Formats: sequence, C-alpha cells, structure tokens
Amino acid sequence: MIESLFFLFCFLILGEFISTLLTLPIPGSVIGMVLLTVALEFNIVKAETVKPSSKILLNNLSLLFIPPGVGLMVYFNIINEYFLPIVISYFVSTFAVLYISGIIVQRLDRS
Amino acid sequence: MKSLLTQPIFSFFVTIGLFYFFKIIYTKYPFALLNPVMLSVITLILYLKSFQIPYEEYFEGAKVISFFLGPAVVALAVPLHEQMVEIKKRKSPLLISVGVASIIGVLAAAGIAHALGASSEVVASIAPKSVTAPIAMGIAQKINGIPSLTTAIVIATGILGAVLGPGFLRLCGIKDPLAFGFAMGSASHGIGTARALEEGELQGSVAGLAMALNGVATATVTPFLIKLFF
Repeated sequence: MIESLFFLFCFLILGEFISTLLTLPIPGSVIGMVLLTVALEFNIVKAETVKPSSKILLNNLSLLFIPPGVGLMVYFNIINEYFLPIVISYFVSTFAVLYISGIIVQRLDRS
Repeated sequence: MKSLLTQPIFSFFVTIGLFYFFKIIYTKYPFALLNPVMLSVITLILYLKSFQIPYEEYFEGAKVISFFLGPAVVALAVPLHEQMVEIKKRKSPLLISVGVASIIGVLAAAGIAHALGASSEVVASIAPKSVTAPIAMGIAQKINGIPSLTTAIVIATGILGAVLGPGFLRLCGIKDPLAFGFAMGSASHGIGTARALEEGELQGSVAGLAMALNGVATATVTPFLIKLFF
C-alpha cells in the first residue's frame, strides 16, 4: 500500500515538475499518467507494485470530484447572467462530442 | 451548533456520508438520474446554502478528498497498461476520433454560445469545456476567457456526461466498449472516466486515455479556432 502510494506520488511529482519546468498547460497528473504508462510498458515499474493504492483510488474516483463539484455554487450568478447561451451550448456540444468520438471509433473499426 | 457544522471533520464527514448513502441507493436502483456524484453535489449545495456556510469553509475540510485526484489520475496508467494490447490494435481510429472530436467540440461549444449572444469572454470560457479542469483553465486564460467560469462549466459537463452519456450512447447504437469508453472520456473528462470505469476496465482505461488525448488536442486547436472563427 505505502509502496504503491510512493510510486504514484513519484510520478505525480515528476509530472508536476515537467509541467512547471516547460510551462505546459497540461496538468502534472496527466503527464504523470503518461509517464507511468510508459514505465509500465517498458517494465521499469511493475504493475503489481502500483496496483494496491491505484485500485482503491480508481474504485472511488467519483467521490474525489464531489468537493470541486460543490464549487459550482460559487458561479451561479455568472451562469445565470448568460443562462440560455451557456445551457444550450453546454447540452448540444456535450452530446455532439459524445456521439462523434464514439461513432468514429466504432465505425472505423468495423471497416 | 454552527461551529460544529463548519469544522473540517464535519465537511469531510457529510461528503463521504452522502456519497455512501447515495451509492447504496444507486446500487439498488441503478437509474441514470440517481447518479451518486450528482445527488451528492446537489445535496451539499442545498445544505451549504441553507446553513449559510460559505464554500471556502466547506472546502477546508473536504479538500483532503480532492487532494487525491492527482494520484488518481496517475493511477489510470494501470488499467491503461493492462488494456494496451486492445488499444494498440485500434490506434488510428482513436487518434482520428480525438482529432475530429476536439475540433467539433470547440466549434460547437463556442459557436452556439456566440450565436446566442454570449459575450466574447463567455464564448472563450465555454470553448474548452470538454477537457479536464486544469487544462481547460489554462486554455481559457490563453484565449481571454474567465477561468473560474470555465471550471464551473467543465464540472457541469463532466456530470452531464456521466449521468446522461451512457444512455445517450446506447440510444445511438454505440455499444462497442472501446468506442463507449473513448466517447465518455473525450466528452466528459475525469467524471466521465469514473463513470466509464463502472462499466469495465477497458471502458475506464480508454476513457482515461481519451481524457489525456483530448486535453492535449483541445489545448492545441482551441487558440487557432477561436482566432479563426470568433
């Protein structure tokens, strides 16, 4: 458990370091995820080593989004001001991206 | 009484307590609209509003929960690695999909908001709405949007995708697990990924991959698209 947390944080910090050093708009956690995937692929880190805490974190991933989600309440005023354009754009573009990205993967695979 | 309610331990307690409660309900009645994240967020907002507790005070106690978002995103490497054989087989459909979806996503979000009379600031804030919050905020800053408004819309997009996405995809006949997961991650980042993980390892890992790829693609195309069209 501690070992796996240690390795996850190693890659998180490495990712943060690269993100700050190169002033990338990509968050350190995403860079860390890519680096850890590469490390796992090349067997530099064994999957078994990082698995224990990865499992716990991913099984409860939804929970982790609740505190920032509640932050929505702070922005009610500004959303209210442009209610219609924001809400319509929000619904249409979300469903558009869902459909397009899904259909492309499914169709291209069949052909 | 109020001093107890604003203590950090209490914020933490109600957050996991509500999530625990709504998860039990959702396991019994797995309807999309009973999504535990959505119901927990709504209940917590109602609770904070009715006791007039400011968000900042709540977040003092609850931030230990979201602190683990960082390592959790890194942890997505594990299912990604385990499904790599499946993913590599279909590399090009996945890459074409993010390329097209990132452009359409930005154009649809910004275009509709623009057409309906939103100010250029609001258009810029809504443009990167499908990608994970830290990336979206960075993009919004670059194109003169309001980063905090972007954060709000991004989170709302995640919840919308997680709640209605699976049903919508099934309705459209997108049942292939790889396509399903990829769509969830592309459209609704981490919250969609969390929902896709409930469907299976492949769906979840591909969603995590889509979140990363779409983040990078959207960060690249948005400044150009905004300059070109708006």
